[in-house]
Amino acid sequence: MFDWLVEMLSYAFIVRALVVGLIVSLCAALLGVSLVLKRYSMIGDGLSHVGFGALAIAMALGIAPLAFTVPVVVLAALVLLRLSEHSKIKGDAAIGMIATAALAIGVTVLSVVRGINADISSYLFGSILVMSREDLTLSLWLGSAVLVLFVLFYRRIFTVTFDEAFARATGLRAGLYNTLIAVLTAVTIVLGMRLMGAMLISSLVIFPALTAMRVHRSFLRVTLCAALVSLISFLIGMSLSYLLSTPAGASVVLVNVAMFLLFSLANALKNRIR
Amino acid sequence: MNCIRVKGAAQHNLKHINVDIPRNRLVVITGVSGSGKSTLMKGLLRLVTPVKGSIRLESGLARDKIGYLPQQTLTQRDFPASVLEVVHSGIRGRQLFLSKKDKQRARTMMDLMEIGHLSGRSFMELSGGQRQRVLLARALCATGKLLLLDEPTAGLDPVVARELYKTIERINREQGIAVVMITHDVHTAAFFASHILHLQQTPLFYGKPDEYLATYHGQCFAGGVCNV
Repeated sequence: MFDWLVEMLSYAFIVRALVVGLIVSLCAALLGVSLVLKRYSMIGDGLSHVGFGALAIAMALGIAPLAFTVPVVVLAALVLLRLSEHSKIKGDAAIGMIATAALAIGVTVLSVVRGINADISSYLFGSILVMSREDLTLSLWLGSAVLVLFVLFYRRIFTVTFDEAFARATGLRAGLYNTLIAVLTAVTIVLGMRLMGAMLISSLVIFPALTAMRVHRSFLRVTLCAALVSLISFLIGMSLSYLLSTPAGASVVLVNVAMFLLFSLANALKNRIR
Repeated sequence: MNCIRVKGAAQHNLKHINVDIPRNRLVVITGVSGSGKSTLMKGLLRLVTPVKGSIRLESGLARDKIGYLPQQTLTQRDFPASVLEVVHSGIRGRQLFLSKKDKQRARTMMDLMEIGHLSGRSFMELSGGQRQRVLLARALCATGKLLLLDEPTAGLDPVVARELYKTIERINREQGIAVVMITHDVHTAAFFASHILHLQQTPLFYGKPDEYLATYHGQCFAGGVCNV
């Protein structure tokens, strides 16, 4: 019955994609809870578009993709965070501007520069073939960094996420924690972008948090549940993609959608029984 | 012994302020919108720095020893957090897990705010008055000396607001914690305050409530008729 599983795991590139994807899913879910609650989830979307533009330029110039994309997206994260913190209404529009501009640059660069033999759609919607050993190493580092920082600063992340005014008043450097979360999100998005696709990666930030919030009412439970839902959705999505030959990124997103609907249903039933 | 001494704190819209707040006082700050009430409070919290002059806190009263209740935000109403998580977030410290002593302290503060029975509930399911009590318990966890409250009764009905004032007054009296509270609801707050500070960029009045109610501004704000 599980022959397909053994078969799937016999491909080195699939195993690499699984490991990187699981790490990215976990990090995105943990960071996503804070981002969604602070109304910053648009930042994730904006960053993935900037990532796409940067990736295209890196390919065109023949530089190592991660070495170029990571700093550019981290920089973009800092800019987008400032935009969201100040002038709420315009910040939203500004993120849209930056995102679409980066997307347009990416598409133009990829189509103008000849000799790039990768098609645009694999960048936009992901490909499981692209994960290298370098990606694997970097994701292991990133994953550990996010986990350690998240656990270490968990109480302060809660305090800052719940009430920034109170956090600042009691001497917590709220700006520092916002920046930390934005930077970690940037790195997570760059790592997951080529696997999940620039258009789809931000769903890993948004869906698990919202799904967990359908059922749970405490921050700790929402965080744990989001992490678990994200990991499980990724595994199911990848397996379905392998069995049905569907695109990996899209399959993972669809499983996340299904999870969200399932949890919404569970919540509705729970309320009715009460 | 003075808890706070504000002297000539000129932060854009504030000037010539010279106010002492001893520990046993419950000071109500009032004034029209834009009169510098929130600025003064932010100055006390060091969230804004005085352009000129100084705000002095009693020695030993570091910034992280002040309990603060910010104005309510819309975000918190659908924030998934348990009552305990919110109260515990008032306890400063690097530790990941709270010590028994810290948890006991949080428990004591919740009992003071009469919300001990809510500890297992979710913050978003509570009524407006209960939520303010939870946030006050959090503020108490952060302080033993001074509470700064920014419109604690905004959006509450008069009965609930009155009960909240009573609790705040009791904490001030029994725990010896100085309270500085911004409110527009002077009429009710005057019953519980020891002093009233009426701001209009500069203090128009600072003194006892009954004297305040006899002044022109007092009549104006506490529901009398006046021509501004």
